[in-house]
Amino acid sequence: MKKLLASTAVALLSLTAAAQAEGKLSIYHWFEYIPQTLLDKFAAEYDVEVTMDTFDSNEALLASLKAGKLGSYDVAVPGDYMVKIMNGEGMLDTFEPSELSNFGNIEKQWVDVAFDSGRKSSIPYQWGSTSYSVNRDVYTGPIDSLSVIFDPPAELKGKINVLDTAGETLTLASLYLGIPQCSADREQLKELNALVQKAKADWASFGSDVAKDVLVSGDAAAGMIWSGFSAKARAEGANIEYAFPKEGYIVWMDNVVLLKDAPNRDNALKFMNFLLEPENAAAVTNYAQYTAGVTGTAEFLDPEVANSPESNPPAGPKGAFVEACSEDVQVLYDAIWTNLKK
Amino acid sequence: MGGGSSRIYRGNGVKLMLPSWLIIGSFLLLPVMMMAVYSFLTKEFRGGVIWEFSLAAYDQFFFDRGLFGDEPPKLEWTYIGIFWRSIWQAGLATIACLLIGFPTAWFIATRDPKSRSIWLFLVTIPYWVNLLIRTVSMKFLIRDTGPLNEFLMASGIISEPLGLINTNFAVQLGLFYSYLPFMVLPIYAAVERYDFALSEAAADLYAGTWTILRLVILPVVKPGIIAGCILVFVPSLGAFLAPDLLGGAKTFMIGSLIEEQFKGSAGNWPFGAAASMILLTIVMCVLLVYARSQNKGEAR
Repeated sequence: MKKLLASTAVALLSLTAAAQAEGKLSIYHWFEYIPQTLLDKFAAEYDVEVTMDTFDSNEALLASLKAGKLGSYDVAVPGDYMVKIMNGEGMLDTFEPSELSNFGNIEKQWVDVAFDSGRKSSIPYQWGSTSYSVNRDVYTGPIDSLSVIFDPPAELKGKINVLDTAGETLTLASLYLGIPQCSADREQLKELNALVQKAKADWASFGSDVAKDVLVSGDAAAGMIWSGFSAKARAEGANIEYAFPKEGYIVWMDNVVLLKDAPNRDNALKFMNFLLEPENAAAVTNYAQYTAGVTGTAEFLDPEVANSPESNPPAGPKGAFVEACSEDVQVLYDAIWTNLKK
Repeated sequence: MGGGSSRIYRGNGVKLMLPSWLIIGSFLLLPVMMMAVYSFLTKEFRGGVIWEFSLAAYDQFFFDRGLFGDEPPKLEWTYIGIFWRSIWQAGLATIACLLIGFPTAWFIATRDPKSRSIWLFLVTIPYWVNLLIRTVSMKFLIRDTGPLNEFLMASGIISEPLGLINTNFAVQLGLFYSYLPFMVLPIYAAVERYDFALSEAAADLYAGTWTILRLVILPVVKPGIIAGCILVFVPSLGAFLAPDLLGGAKTFMIGSLIEEQFKGSAGNWPFGAAASMILLTIVMCVLLVYARSQNKGEAR
């Protein structure tokens, strides 16, 4: 009897041990970007309870952290220019390369980046581009220019979705006009304002989180979209083609940053190291269909993801990173945006 | 108050009031006061505030100094236009809800008491589902490739999709569907209390149907109608799900304009707070008109 009681007690103890993970990790991430299986794998490997909240734009991430969420998350996944902004706001903690055993896996070109030189607070996550896709059942003409969005052919008028963020939409419009980013030149800004005002009449909707859905459902026949989202839309059955316009397109890189006042700094670093493991970086790529910033992922990639047209830009057109404007200039772009949606 | 109960409650007044004071204080007064304070502060770039008094937010709302801020100030129509559009949309949704809600409430209230509860139950069933899900479902239904258009085209009634999605009509439909029960339930409560002998009496005195509705029924159920209108109008005014998902987010509504100040690249918290204060003022005015009309009704 005593033995039975003792073994029951042991069993109960081990049960509670299993239910109560060693530590916690709190992630603030883009929506629909990381496979749950990868989070589960990390949770099991390191005995950590993982929770994740999601956001739908870099600005939403910043707003939420500014409104008092800093200190409740361990890591976040901002885009390039937002890393710089968050660093300027004092929201990031730093680490030494020696704290991450996989630091050497980072691709050379992504170590000394303008937004975090030497990678003191961030590691590369995935990179991709922002351009547009067109439904080939509706429109068969050329898609080598941003004019498809800003001065659309007759077949596409009234069937275009644009991203609902000033940064991406106005940057693509600036590229189309050949205006430098963060320009404060009056004539150029008036031209930009006039362009989007006129183009709006041909747009059906503004939406970022629905950018894939509208193309799959057919609500829109063309739409600004992120490269991986376009590849996923194709996989979901939309007959679309992703464009690399001659005027240029947006290139971006998302990064995992170590947040200041992270409640679980150790687990955050474990997670970042985990994501630098080629197999795990490839798992994110296979899911989100962007490109990892880590070497050695090739052998783990699905062939259709590795060879997708979205991830293999042609030689000609150039991609540009979005720049963070200064306050007095940003106000002008915000005014153009409000004016567009008034 | 009877002698017995007053003895029990005597001296406990403050204690008994405490819960309601706490709730009103912490969930109503405190947030509104924070909003009022923030609207008079200086904005910090990319969100946040600097603790310096400023009228810039209200200035931005009412005065237009041109894109570059160096023209002589004119009245700014941008935000007034956005508010007016929202008020117009909310007003239309309220009228649509009233036109459908009143007959529905009347129908339910005139069933026999047993089946009434079933009808009421049916009205409230959609409200077990989250508003977001219901709005997205509406989008699926009316989109060009959705079941409504497929059915109408398959049956030969139309040859082209109706093109409902991303229109003002779709927004109206969304608001109407979202808030209809808020109209039905208060009107039902009013009609249920109505004594139908009054209608008979009026008819005996040779009043026509229209006269009975206007002079006998409406005055009695008016409080229910007004309550229903307020319950539909106020949330419609701040709605941003229906305009975003069904209207294609092409134009700002009050709700999305305020959201943009906190979540968008603008990051102008004082302006968002000021716009909220102005919205609050409009809603308060509507409620004051209601309260006054109620008082008049009681005085008569």
